[in-house]
Amino acid sequence: MRMLQLAYANLKEHFLSTILSVMLLGIGVGMVSFIVTVSEQLNDRFNRDIRGIDMVVGAKGSPLQLILSAVYQIDNPTGNIPLAEVNKLKRHPLIKYSIPLSYGDSYQGFRIVGTDSLYLSHYKATFSKGEVWSNSMDVVLGSSSAEKLNLKMGSHFHGNHGFDEEGHAHEESHYNVVGILNPTGTVADRLILTSTESVWDIHNHDEAEHAHGGEHSHEVEEETGEITALLVKFKSPMGIMQIPRMVNEKTSMQAALPAIEINRLYSLMGVGFTTLQIIGMVIMCIAALSVFISLLNSLKERKYELALMRSLGASPFKLFGLIVQESLLLCLAGYILGIILGRVGIMLLSSFGEDQFQFSVSQNSIADVEIWLLPLTLCIGFVAAVIPAIRAYRSDISSVLRNE
Amino acid sequence: MVNQDKPFSFAPIKKMLSTSALTFAYPNGTPFVFPDLNVAANEAVLVLGNSGTGKTTLLHLLAGLMNPTGGTIELDGTELATLNGSARDRFRGKNIGLVFQQSQFIRSISVLENLRLARSLAGLSQDDSLAESLLTELGISERKNAKPNELSIGERQRAAIARALVTKPKIVLADEPTSALDDENCEAVAALFERTVKGHGAALVIVTHDQRLKNRFQNSVSI
Repeated sequence: MRMLQLAYANLKEHFLSTILSVMLLGIGVGMVSFIVTVSEQLNDRFNRDIRGIDMVVGAKGSPLQLILSAVYQIDNPTGNIPLAEVNKLKRHPLIKYSIPLSYGDSYQGFRIVGTDSLYLSHYKATFSKGEVWSNSMDVVLGSSSAEKLNLKMGSHFHGNHGFDEEGHAHEESHYNVVGILNPTGTVADRLILTSTESVWDIHNHDEAEHAHGGEHSHEVEEETGEITALLVKFKSPMGIMQIPRMVNEKTSMQAALPAIEINRLYSLMGVGFTTLQIIGMVIMCIAALSVFISLLNSLKERKYELALMRSLGASPFKLFGLIVQESLLLCLAGYILGIILGRVGIMLLSSFGEDQFQFSVSQNSIADVEIWLLPLTLCIGFVAAVIPAIRAYRSDISSVLRNE
Repeated sequence: MVNQDKPFSFAPIKKMLSTSALTFAYPNGTPFVFPDLNVAANEAVLVLGNSGTGKTTLLHLLAGLMNPTGGTIELDGTELATLNGSARDRFRGKNIGLVFQQSQFIRSISVLENLRLARSLAGLSQDDSLAESLLTELGISERKNAKPNELSIGERQRAAIARALVTKPKIVLADEPTSALDDENCEAVAALFERTVKGHGAALVIVTHDQRLKNRFQNSVSI
């Protein structure tokens, strides 16, 4: 008969208060692990996608929207910008390189982005099959686009106008898959990439067929054409000082700095994350209180049992250990429940987020937060057990046995 | 306080328990002075006294649960006062079997597991065959997997005797083991005590005010 078995039997005997404590702990641990994992991955994801992009130039509008649409491909574009102005800007000596983006079409929810091969090298994308586009209407698929769309080398498909699947199809021309990328862990994985010319061609075709003017009309000629946004990398920090201001003041375009916009986004989201994290911590504290109270209550009920154990030869330290083990066992159960809850939450968010924002949280390995929550939870268990355990340690068996 | 109208002394085969000039005083209370006890293996002694005469106090002193104000207690050649803290707990677990008035058990585990616990707390290896044979001997083997609360008072008292004996103690101390029992059960438990304790080579001290036990045990001392 080990102490641990006895601790387990005692917890089972007080089933309801055990369940209450385990559930409180589980919810607290689950919330903290969920929030920390999601915010870490979001952070990581956001940072990976903006790495190396110092400035984004696009049509005037919300700078945050411009960043979200051009860098993360999760919002609608702010409009188009004239290629004439873009080309003038590109020649600025402080610009190391710039990547044009033309988007507005999609295929089954995956965005078709017209760009040049710099985009691939910027995100360090390598080919698992095929090679970069050489003709108009050739496309290269990001790894998860290829997988989810079930497209192979040589497949053909028609794009849709707009980002929802209900947009009218560009049925007159089809895209050919000429390359598939290896996973990069960036936004490139979930895109369908093609040349800027493809995007122009398809919309000119449309225009000719439907006389469909408006925001998406493009001219083939470089100087009168339009693109949606330009990603810019500066040669030196001097660029940040001069160019955004110049663009905003002297052109019809706007310049947005990803670092600043994302910080702003974080500070907006951060309030929510911090609040949830605090709620999680508070629930864990309440759980600790619940463990403490239930141990203390069971101790009152069991003071005769403890005295009996002493009379059977148990040292005071053994009783101390019994109470601590009961608490630790309880907290371990709460921790396991919490990790399960946290992971279920992440799975739900992931399947929801993937549809809505193309944001998925992967959780294959054990997250750091899950590791440090274990000692934290056990600490809570120990702290909650100390006072009851000391009481058990100090109980005067003779007087307990006499006043039965 | 001391009533030694039945002084007893005999030549024990092997002296298991002996006390001399044992006194105890609660803070602000009347001091108790206890008669000397000498109990041999296989021998039973009844300590009779009314409430308030210090019966339970004496039992707790003998079990080493409290320290006497004066006098000595020797248990199988070991003086209790020389043992401290955990050593005394361990000594008690190994050498003394205790049976209380309202037999108490660990509620969350079965009767058999309570017996196992007694052995493990005493630092002894498990001996289920001994535990089961004791339960059989006491007629409650079919109740071994029941929780203590599910037993009748009589069954519980028998289970308590089994637990007191499962560590093969040198001495069994019982505090009012029959006071909660009716005549029939009282007789049965007393007989079991006598038979099993003696059968296992232990010395037995019963403190009680239950006059019904007087007829069964020849050796008795009043306090």
